[in-house]
Amino acid sequence: MRGEILRALNAERAARRPAILVTDIAEGTQRLVTAEALAGDPLAPLLRKALASGRSGLVEAEGRTHFLTVQVPPVRLVVIGAVHISQALVPMAAALDLALTVIDPRTAFASPERFPGTELAAEWPDRALGGRVPPLDPYCALAALTHDPKIDDPALQAALRAGCFYVGALGSRKTHAARLARLAEAGFSEAETARIRAPIGLDIGAATPAEIALSVLGEIVQALRRPGDQA
Amino acid sequence: MLSSDTDILAAAEAWRRAGRGVALATVIETWGSAPRPVGSHLVIDEAGSFLGSVSGGCVEGAVIADALDVIAEGKPRILEFGVADETAWRVGLSCGGRIRVYVERVD
Repeated sequence: MRGEILRALNAERAARRPAILVTDIAEGTQRLVTAEALAGDPLAPLLRKALASGRSGLVEAEGRTHFLTVQVPPVRLVVIGAVHISQALVPMAAALDLALTVIDPRTAFASPERFPGTELAAEWPDRALGGRVPPLDPYCALAALTHDPKIDDPALQAALRAGCFYVGALGSRKTHAARLARLAEAGFSEAETARIRAPIGLDIGAATPAEIALSVLGEIVQALRRPGDQA
Repeated sequence: MLSSDTDILAAAEAWRRAGRGVALATVIETWGSAPRPVGSHLVIDEAGSFLGSVSGGCVEGAVIADALDVIAEGKPRILEFGVADETAWRVGLSCGGRIRVYVERVD
């Protein structure tokens, strides 16, 4: 492997950008394909599939065997609201290997006693994101769970602007209609706000906070593994 | 897996930058109950120091020996390990799986 390819691969990872190292295992020749360059690559359809699955592996193309080293940034879950559902979410997200951060400016809610061992930011979302919490990006999921537009709205706006692969918001259909009107007022198009999943979570009849947490995580996994499947 | 692989590729770059001869081993194929998934890395330097894992310890010694040759010669090679090997008791996978490992020099 040429030193510059390794450096570029490490740089892409440090910047949380996806990339695939393509190695012809018979010849030993290699190239690094970044997300931007993917469309122009001769193996584009195979590479796109590999990126979606996030898994490295061998592929056959035009009589040659290539190994794809797939590098996808680890997924982060940002939860707005240190509420009961969030408490149930913490251990479930850990089981799924999701890095989770809870943001809530209400210090009575965002307390280490209520969230032991959890990454917590007792700040307004627009202040926390890009500050104490790394900025959102396409490999982040955001779940807005406070029911309070003052707290949820700025976070949802940040998530839409950052292109988070999952944006969900708690609230009834009526609450969501009012939310959509506010976002339209703030300049977001219908296509943009249609990306918000509300009412949040897969429709499994969730009744308790833990069940709602499960339905939200199920929806996040679906958005990650089967993009384009949005209900 | 993701975070540890991060450290391994970063180490490969740092070791090379420090002027050490470096090889990178990558699991490219597994059959059966292989201990480490496809894409797992092991980085080796010319002195035999290593970081990471391709088999959870079963065949690392053999991979390192080949990696030292690859560092000297510069030509990548593909290694295969499994219980069916003659050398199963020395460098086989006791779990019953089989793996193929690609070893390349970092230039």
